[in-house]
Amino acid sequence: MLTLGIESSCDDTSCAVLKDKDEVLSCVVSSQDDIHSLYGGIVPELASRRHIEMVVPVVEEALKRAGVGITDIGAIAATRGPGLVGSILIGLNFAKAVAYAHKLPLIGVNHLEAHAQAAFLKDKDGAGATTPEFPFIALIVSGGHTSLLYVTDHTSYELLGQSRDDAAGEAFDKVAKLLGLGYPGGVAIDRLSKGVDPGLVEFKRPIISKGNLEFSFSGIKTAVLTYLKKNNIEKEDLSEDVIAPIASGFQEAAVDVLVKKCVWAMEAKYTDNLVISGGVACNSRLREKLSLLSEKEGFKFFAPPPRYCSDNAAMIAFLGGQMLSAGDESGLDLNATPDFLS
Amino acid sequence: MEEVFITESAEETIELGEKLSKGELGIEIAKGSVIALNGELGGGKTHFTKGIALGLGYTGYVKSPSFTILHEYTGGTLPLYHIDLYRIESGVEELGLEEYIEGEGVTVIEWAERATELFDDKTVMINFEYIDEDKRRIIIKK
Repeated sequence: MLTLGIESSCDDTSCAVLKDKDEVLSCVVSSQDDIHSLYGGIVPELASRRHIEMVVPVVEEALKRAGVGITDIGAIAATRGPGLVGSILIGLNFAKAVAYAHKLPLIGVNHLEAHAQAAFLKDKDGAGATTPEFPFIALIVSGGHTSLLYVTDHTSYELLGQSRDDAAGEAFDKVAKLLGLGYPGGVAIDRLSKGVDPGLVEFKRPIISKGNLEFSFSGIKTAVLTYLKKNNIEKEDLSEDVIAPIASGFQEAAVDVLVKKCVWAMEAKYTDNLVISGGVACNSRLREKLSLLSEKEGFKFFAPPPRYCSDNAAMIAFLGGQMLSAGDESGLDLNATPDFLS
Repeated sequence: MEEVFITESAEETIELGEKLSKGELGIEIAKGSVIALNGELGGGKTHFTKGIALGLGYTGYVKSPSFTILHEYTGGTLPLYHIDLYRIESGVEELGLEEYIEGEGVTVIEWAERATELFDDKTVMINFEYIDEDKRRIIIKK
């Protein structure tokens, strides 16, 4: 059976077609970075207007790339939250209309739960060659979320901890702004830090307390600000030589915290399987450190390719297919749920 | 009226926000109240907003809405609309913020200087200044 997935929780409109639940036939993502970079970030009204313009062409392109028509589709899954409510509603209502017109089962999917399942996606370019075994720890880390989940099967999990203040990706973006770098800031910091000794400028790791699985990234942004002030570094002084060691030191501190909490979560739950997903899961230093540590400590580490870590509809279609098998179908009265835990 | 407070830690900044929304600073916070927060990155604005939420009886997470622009917290005595204009350099008028300000709850706006046209003489204006790593100067004007 083919499942169509639609994702519109934030600034990307995405549509995917999956075969037999986990084989990605196509996954099209239309990013809005070009519009939002003008504003230095996401603008909700602009995001939902762009979703309206993009949803039909993106769905058509996904069907075309999969070589199928809408009448071949057996079920339709769409993100119901969390995210920007105006954006979610565009994809969700489109999905409802298609489900109604073609008499298809509709499944409303939680975006974060879907991120946790991204490691199961398979495609012809080699994704999903090995997949994790249950139970596993999932670190979902992006501009809007930093959460640790204990995942026991495709549709069940326990939230172990999340950020109390800024999400990790937000800290990357804010530090990038302090350093005079553009949006999206995480990519800029990653690139700038490559090959730069992270020990030149050190920042305190915000761990809260040993074993604690919550995150706090607002202090580290303040620490970077304090560093700039103490060293009288003004806007006009922000040359690459000046900012690269700061960027690298900050990235190392943020990555260390993420790595440490993943390990603590595995210890707390007696599992040696770890999955990372979300936009920040594309960060090369995070992947490198977890990969090295997994060899040293003997745990199994799964990082889906960046195309399935960042926001995408393939993970939505995947979880939708699993939910449908478990009998969890939605009605046409399904509404958007902007908050994670509702 | 202008009052200056010095807080020595993030916890003290949260407490001050809690006092404000409980009316303990001599300013009534009720349906339709707008609290405008200004000051640089790391000034304590999000911590202060946590305190405002606590004072309204909301005990869930209050997280920075820089990425999503708006968070809405319900479950306390009044809904709290937490807006952050950090990323908005232009086009504030397109966001439709009036709907919140004229709504049923209390509105807190971080980086409020980017939307001065939304405020009137009833707005509580609060400025955050960074003194050192832990200390902040918080100036409340009404």
